[in-house]
Amino acid sequence: MSARLRYYLPTIAVFVGGIAVWEAAVRGLQIQRFLLPAPSEIAGALVGNWEELLAAGRTTLIEALGGFAIGLLAGLAVAFATARFALARGALMPFAIAANAIPIIAFAPIMNSWFGVTSPLSKMMIVAMLVFFPVMINTVRGLTSADASTLELMRSYAASEVEILRKVRVPAALPYFFTAIKVGATLSLIGAVVGEYFGGATVALGRMIVESASFLRFAEAWAAIIIAAALGIGFYLIIIGIERIVMPWHASIRGTG
Amino acid sequence: MTDRQPVVTVAGVDKTFRTGEATTHALSGIDLAIGGGEFVSLIGPSGCGKSTLLRLMGDLTQPSAGSVTINGKPAARARRDRDYGMVFQAPVLFDWRSIQANVELPLEILGLPAEARRERARRMLELVELSDFGGHHPWQLSGGMQQRAAIARALTLEPKLLLMDEPFGALDEMTRERMNDELLRVWERTGTTVVFVTHSIPEAVFLSSRVVVMSARPGRITDVIEIDLPRPRTEATRELERYFELITAVREALRAGHGPAATAREATPAEGEP
Repeated sequence: MSARLRYYLPTIAVFVGGIAVWEAAVRGLQIQRFLLPAPSEIAGALVGNWEELLAAGRTTLIEALGGFAIGLLAGLAVAFATARFALARGALMPFAIAANAIPIIAFAPIMNSWFGVTSPLSKMMIVAMLVFFPVMINTVRGLTSADASTLELMRSYAASEVEILRKVRVPAALPYFFTAIKVGATLSLIGAVVGEYFGGATVALGRMIVESASFLRFAEAWAAIIIAAALGIGFYLIIIGIERIVMPWHASIRGTG
Repeated sequence: MTDRQPVVTVAGVDKTFRTGEATTHALSGIDLAIGGGEFVSLIGPSGCGKSTLLRLMGDLTQPSAGSVTINGKPAARARRDRDYGMVFQAPVLFDWRSIQANVELPLEILGLPAEARRERARRMLELVELSDFGGHHPWQLSGGMQQRAAIARALTLEPKLLLMDEPFGALDEMTRERMNDELLRVWERTGTTVVFVTHSIPEAVFLSSRVVVMSARPGRITDVIEIDLPRPRTEATRELERYFELITAVREALRAGHGPAATAREATPAEGEP
């Protein structure tokens, strides 16, 4: 326990020190409140608006998780369908890679008009689009990553395509898949919050940030940002936890054991 | 220990590869019969088609002409019946499986119940002296141990035929010699037939009952040398005068098989056969 504490001590020191410097700077240099509120003021806004923040966080989290699930399932479905057929893969992948490079958030107003500004579905669809491409592209890469000698070995056992998929392709794809959903977890919170900037239910983190800022209640805007950040980090940590359980054999994990 | 019922019969085999406009004649007029319990090495310069010939026996590629018969049936049928085990130059072990689970893989595909799988894999690991490492993962083992696990995996199906494609090519000289000793011990205990592709003349002589010498462009068999060293072969075998005579005989056969132009190629250790 003490070894553990010693390991994390520098991190904790940097965190506490950073907050202290921030507080001191705002007070000492008399920085205008609308430019940068002091941490103590943000903490006050967090406590004072706790219930509203919690409700807003729930709305945003549901949008993010719902969109993440839709994007994940669609990405996996397309990946498994195309990984099997080299021709379909060759035809689709250039489009997928190109689509992955478009700023998908630009579609937010269009999704609002398609699925309704106040409907959580419009935000979920933006998140789903953001999550879909990395999941699909990485899973296809993973499923086709098994090398020739591996496939020859399976062929020498007269293994069926389904067995090769289950015993070789899927396990080999896991590291690629987890890389994609770690990116997707972060993107899903970004997508939900930014989607809300373009209008939607009032009790949502994105709306709270926009509205607090427009009324110059910056401490409240910061408090909402902190909730969004906490949700994003929490989601990411949960996925890392699952990754460790699912593939303890992978080089990126076993090194830290 | 050698019964003369042929396990492998290669008759009139030609193999050509088309790469764009060009046609490469990888193998030409190959005839070879290998009896049960034999240990036969295929040796020759890069591009002589020795790996291709081995892959033809395993039905991992098909001949352009002629036939390959394993245990009296076509190679494709023998592969579906899982009549042979294959060992590649790389161990090809799966990181997500323990050594025990890697060795069990062919039995899983065969559909054996879990208890029988565990038992058989344990026996094979014992055979290659990896009993204590069943619970380890591949990355925790040295290269030589990984290759031993691959051999155990190839043997779990108790095949009559073991096809080995330069299995010790990536190992250092000392490990390779130790692996050769172990392979012979396993071979003597299982009585399986081995076809062994190698670049190394001493390795071929030490292991084999016959050495098949091949040459390139087109790939063909130029000589077959009987290795009449006494068995069991041990460390002492490597010091026999006859051992050195046979090494010289194989070297001369290789030289006779290809002209001075090809001699320079012999020095390149990497094999880039299609």
